Formats: sequence, C-alpha cells, structure tokens
Amino acid sequence: MKVIELHASVTAGNDREAAALREEMRRQGTLLINLMSSPGAGKTTLLSRIIRDLPETGISVLEADIASTVDAGRIEALGAEAVQVHTDGMCHMDAGMTAEAVRALTPGRSRLAFLENVGNLICPAEYDTGAALSVMILSVPEGDDKPLKYPLIFQKSDALVITKLDALPYFDFQVEKCIQRAKKLNPKICIFPVSAKTGEGMAELERWLLESLKDWQEQSGR
Amino acid sequence: MHEMGIVIHLAKTLEETAREEGLTKIGSVTLDVGEVSGIVTDYFEDCWNYFRRKHPVLSEAELHIGIIPALTWCDSCRSTYETVKYGRVCPNCGSGETWLVQGNECVIRQIEAED
Ligand SMILES: Nc1nc2c(ncn2[C@@H]2O[C@H](COP(=O)(O)OP(=O)(O)O)[C@@H](O)[C@H]2O)c(=O)[nH]1
Ligand SMILES: [Mg+2]
Ligand SMILES: [Zn+2]
Repeated sequence: MKVIELHASVTAGNDREAAALREEMRRQGTLLINLMSSPGAGKTTLLSRIIRDLPETGISVLEADIASTVDAGRIEALGAEAVQVHTDGMCHMDAGMTAEAVRALTPGRSRLAFLENVGNLICPAEYDTGAALSVMILSVPEGDDKPLKYPLIFQKSDALVITKLDALPYFDFQVEKCIQRAKKLNPKICIFPVSAKTGEGMAELERWLLESLKDWQEQSGR
Repeated sequence: MHEMGIVIHLAKTLEETAREEGLTKIGSVTLDVGEVSGIVTDYFEDCWNYFRRKHPVLSEAELHIGIIPALTWCDSCRSTYETVKYGRVCPNCGSGETWLVQGNECVIRQIEAED
C-alpha cells in the first residue's frame, strides 16, 4: 500500500461535473441561476412574479422539491416550462442531478433557467450545481441575524434577495443591519430588498437579472 | 439525508482519483471533519460501511476521521475563540458580531492504496 496525500475536497468529483455543465450552458447561451433559501422564504412566489413581469425572456424552472409537485404546477400555470427534479430525499442538489434536469428542458425554449434548490440554508451552499450564478433569498420573518448563523451561503451567493419587505412592520428585522452583515461576509454580493407581494424593489432585481443574462450571452458569443 | 449525500460524493471523488492514478484498491481513507460541520461521525461511518460495498475499488477502504476544532472570529474585538465552548457571543467582549472561521470543513486528507 502507498500513501497518497490528497487534501482534496470531498466534493471534488462534483466540482468537475459542475464545471462541465457550466461550460455546456455557456455554449447554449442559457443562464442557469441556482436559487437557495429556507423552506417558505418565498422562492416559488418570487419566481412566479419574475415570470409574470418578464414574459418575453423565456424562463424555465427546475423544481427540486423532495416530495411534491405543487411548485412545478404553480410555475406551469403561468405558461413557463417546469421540470420536476427528484432529489431522492437528498438535502441539496448536486451537479449530476442538475445536469439531468437541464437535459429534460425543451431545447432552445428558455434563455433563463432557475434551479429552485431544496429549502435549506446549509447543505445547498456546499455543492456547486453548475449554475452560472447563485442567488439566495432571506425573508423578513427569518430575522436579520441569519448571516451570522449561516455564513457560507452568504459567501457563496452572487446576490441576496431580502423578501417579504411588506411584513417589516410586524418583525424587528433591520434591513440595514442585515445588508451590513452580508457585505462583511461577501463584499461583492448584490443585495435587492423586495416584496414579491407588492412588487416593491422587483424592478431593480429584474434589471440585474436581464443584465446578467446579456453578459452571459455575450460570453457565449451569441 | 446529509451524511449519505456526503458519502455518495466522497465515493465519486475517490473513484475518479483511482481511475486517474491507476489504483486498483483503496485500503483506507482519512478525512478531516470540522467539529461543527454538522456531520455525525458515527452515522457517517455507518453510511460509509454500507455504501463502500457497492464499489469494487472502495469495498475494503476503512474510514478514519480526524476532527478539526471550530474557531469563531469576533469582529468587534478582532480575536478568535473556541466556538463549541462559547457559541455565538464573544467571551472577550460580549459582541454577537461573530462568525465561524474554521470547523465547517470536510476534506480528504489522504488515502492508502494499491496500484
Ligand atoms: N407577505 C408576503 N408573503 C410572501 C412573500 N413572498 C412569499 N410569501 C408567502 O410565503 C409563503 C411561502 O412562499 P413560497 O414561495 O411557497 O416559498 P418557497 O418554499 O421558498 O418556495 C407563501 O404563503 C407566500 O404567499 C412576500 O413578498 N410577502
Ligand atoms: Mg417552493
Ligand atoms: Zn469580542
């Protein structure tokens, strides 16, 4: 027996698959966004709003619910393509599962695809899904201390959407404090305070999404 | 399920390593696991012992786990302290503006293998 020093991440195999998927999506010119949050933070509601606000964009959603198909139904009712992903009880999506879901999309139909990851602030942050961007949602009722409790997901996300702003009067959530904490962990993170219910702040978020899509398609040479 | 998910990824990474390095049999694998990584090591070992049997290269691979202690950084008094002992509130200055700097990892330190 020989000893081999690896010092490799347990997920090195996954990281390679993720890089391959990212390259494939770049060639296709489809921007894949990994959307993460706790259960009930408002992922499906936010996506529904975005689909309604941007009807010309060609949006699809990969729904990674552990057990139900309720969310996929909500997305399809809006006329967008939805793929139900089976995570087999797993607490997160990995690159292999994501690639399989992407293959189930109608070729050429969507330019912007969202992966609604499993509701969980810990495990999804540890696995590269192969998405070009990661966006996390934190909702007002969850509290402004979440960056302190779950630093990794804030470090791994390109954007933070603080949602349910309409509920601010009922909670002692300090938006400025939350922004400060998130920026300290990740100075480059883009932050969008919104309410998916009233539409407040949605225009800024949607502008960022469209700009990110444009950048991605330029990189793909389309 | 958390531990099983990690075991599946570990197996995938080890199989790729075996293929690249031309290894026929992995005799042991040593992991460094953070104290607050959320990994229950007993449970992780059970998952490993169940799962390794399905992979010829890994079937005899014994799992060794080393623990990395958890340390938290306090941004107010700019010092680190032991996470497990004091939690989220800094024992030096009482601040809650603290975050984990070490103790959440799960990395493969080394393997023993045959060509
Ligand atoms: N007041 C308010 N409620 C919201 C908002 N966004 C989502 N919700 C509610 O939060 C609950 C969970 O939303 P859902 O989108 O299913 O969360 P998911 O589990 O992250 O997909 C639902 O009852 C939504 O109506 C918002 O901006 N404001
Ligand atoms: Mg949902
Ligand atoms: Zn302190």
